[in-house]
Amino acid sequence: MEKKPNRHIILVEHLQKKYADLAAVDDVSFSVDEGEVFGLLGPNGAGKTTTINILCTLSRPTSGKALINGFDVVHEQSRVRQCIGLVFQDPSLDERLTALENLEFHSRVYNVPASVRKERIEQILRMVELWERRHDLVKTFSGGMKRRLELGRGLIHYPKVLFLDEPTLGLDPQSRNRLWEFILDLRRKEGVTIFLTTHYMDEAGYANRIAIMDYGKIIALDSPERLKSLVGGDVISLRTTDDETAQAELLSRYQIESKRDGEQLVFEVPNGEEFIPAFIKGFSTDILNISLRRPTLDDAFLKLTGRQLRDEAVKSEMKEMARRYGHYRMRH
Amino acid sequence: MNNLRGIYTIWYRDLLRFRRDKVRMVGSITFPLLFLVVFGSGLSGTMGMLAPGVNFSKFIFPGIVGMTVLMTSFTAGVSVVWDREFGFLKEVLVAPISRVAVAAGKTLGGATIALIQGIVMLLFAPIFGVSLPPGIVLKLLPVMFLVASALSAMGILLASRIKSMEAHQVVMQFLMFPMIFLSGVFFPVGNLPSWMSVLVKINPATYGVDSIRQLVLGPQLTTSFSLNVLGHTMSIVDDLMVVAAFGVVMAVLAMWSFNIQEY
Repeated sequence: MEKKPNRHIILVEHLQKKYADLAAVDDVSFSVDEGEVFGLLGPNGAGKTTTINILCTLSRPTSGKALINGFDVVHEQSRVRQCIGLVFQDPSLDERLTALENLEFHSRVYNVPASVRKERIEQILRMVELWERRHDLVKTFSGGMKRRLELGRGLIHYPKVLFLDEPTLGLDPQSRNRLWEFILDLRRKEGVTIFLTTHYMDEAGYANRIAIMDYGKIIALDSPERLKSLVGGDVISLRTTDDETAQAELLSRYQIESKRDGEQLVFEVPNGEEFIPAFIKGFSTDILNISLRRPTLDDAFLKLTGRQLRDEAVKSEMKEMARRYGHYRMRH
Repeated sequence: MNNLRGIYTIWYRDLLRFRRDKVRMVGSITFPLLFLVVFGSGLSGTMGMLAPGVNFSKFIFPGIVGMTVLMTSFTAGVSVVWDREFGFLKEVLVAPISRVAVAAGKTLGGATIALIQGIVMLLFAPIFGVSLPPGIVLKLLPVMFLVASALSAMGILLASRIKSMEAHQVVMQFLMFPMIFLSGVFFPVGNLPSWMSVLVKINPATYGVDSIRQLVLGPQLTTSFSLNVLGHTMSIVDDLMVVAAFGVVMAVLAMWSFNIQEY
């Protein structure tokens, strides 16, 4: 499909979506460059999925404008749909069809020419390592396999933008890592722009830029490194033979305020790697153990909102487990 | 062109699923067959001949064929509700094909499955003493398909507005059974109390059943069976025009309903 001349593959201006009194998305503006991995991060209910649904034409904005590849998501729906691939938060495969049949359905409705259909389906199935299982019904697949199949399906029509809405929700850490290998590999090979939502901080770290969303608004938008730098510096944990003396020495010699956290002292310094060697030489209290930790996006979120993202992630993880457990009980 | 391929793809998937679902295939003809065997055999003796050469079995046979088509088409909407429940509807709604094509593909899929079930019922004709010359069967096929399409469109329209399996089941109970019972499947519609006669005549399914019965019974049809609307005896063509008009309205509404749908 021909591309309208535009610099931004995704352009969002003053987007708003209201449900009754509640603004799920509240005056959101941002843009995404071609080939970028763009992360939308925030706790559950922050408006991430609503934003994705509007960008994917599944939901209409109350006001504002959004363009994908230069096409308007309200007025040029078919064109927008043709140039996006989607992996939804919840499964969207036909479990009673085989892996192959699911991909055939998709490539037909996305106008993949019949001449290349077979070849492309094979290529995708091999890439997501499901070629051997292509004739099996999807309902016999594990959660990770289904996700991989969905990821592959989202790519069959060579989309310009791949939307991933919580792509690893409910997967075990091993499948999660593998899925990410696939996603990053894809971006290298196909140059697809990737737009993802997540509430996992470590996943957001894969992005070139991250927008942090809270209560329907974007409260920060920058590279992961810059967002982390909001925290101030590196976090150093120190264990000594005498914490009280050490704390006093830190304050008098380095003008550093430290906090006691159980058995250790915790403090921030601007550049930890340079700080530590000199510090160890000069510090007169005996050091048992010293460690340096880079600030995480968790710390950034905490700083921005005063709330831990991790707590919310844990909650939704438990909800997911309860859901799956309930599902399991229902079926057996 | 894109939309034609979209319609075909959605239609094809419904058939693929149907072929795989042996339980549904057998299940949806067991019920009508049970009716035929139990009511047909049970009542034919006591009721004697309803018309020269037409016992009760023979009378309800075309009705039951109609009922099979009606029931199967009616439940065409189930597939939409299922797809919503299992997430696949999202994949369909976000595809670059028009929603009109989605509704059309679903309607035709449901209608085709209903037609297949109707044909299976026709195979039992000899057992119930109904003779079906090939010429009649050839005429029955398009008639059944038209009836099936109209009712499928209605099923799809309802399903497009229903969000859960439970709700769908309730709506089906409240609509499907009255429509089937009041369509003249089980009794001649010629001499009915007036309140019932009104209900029967505003029921679009009545005209579908009547057209199938007229074709199957042919010359053995007597005036007591025939459907009179506003003093006019309905011919097959009249019936089909009513069914087609109803079908067009339902199809347009179904397409519109899909078109404005947000996920």
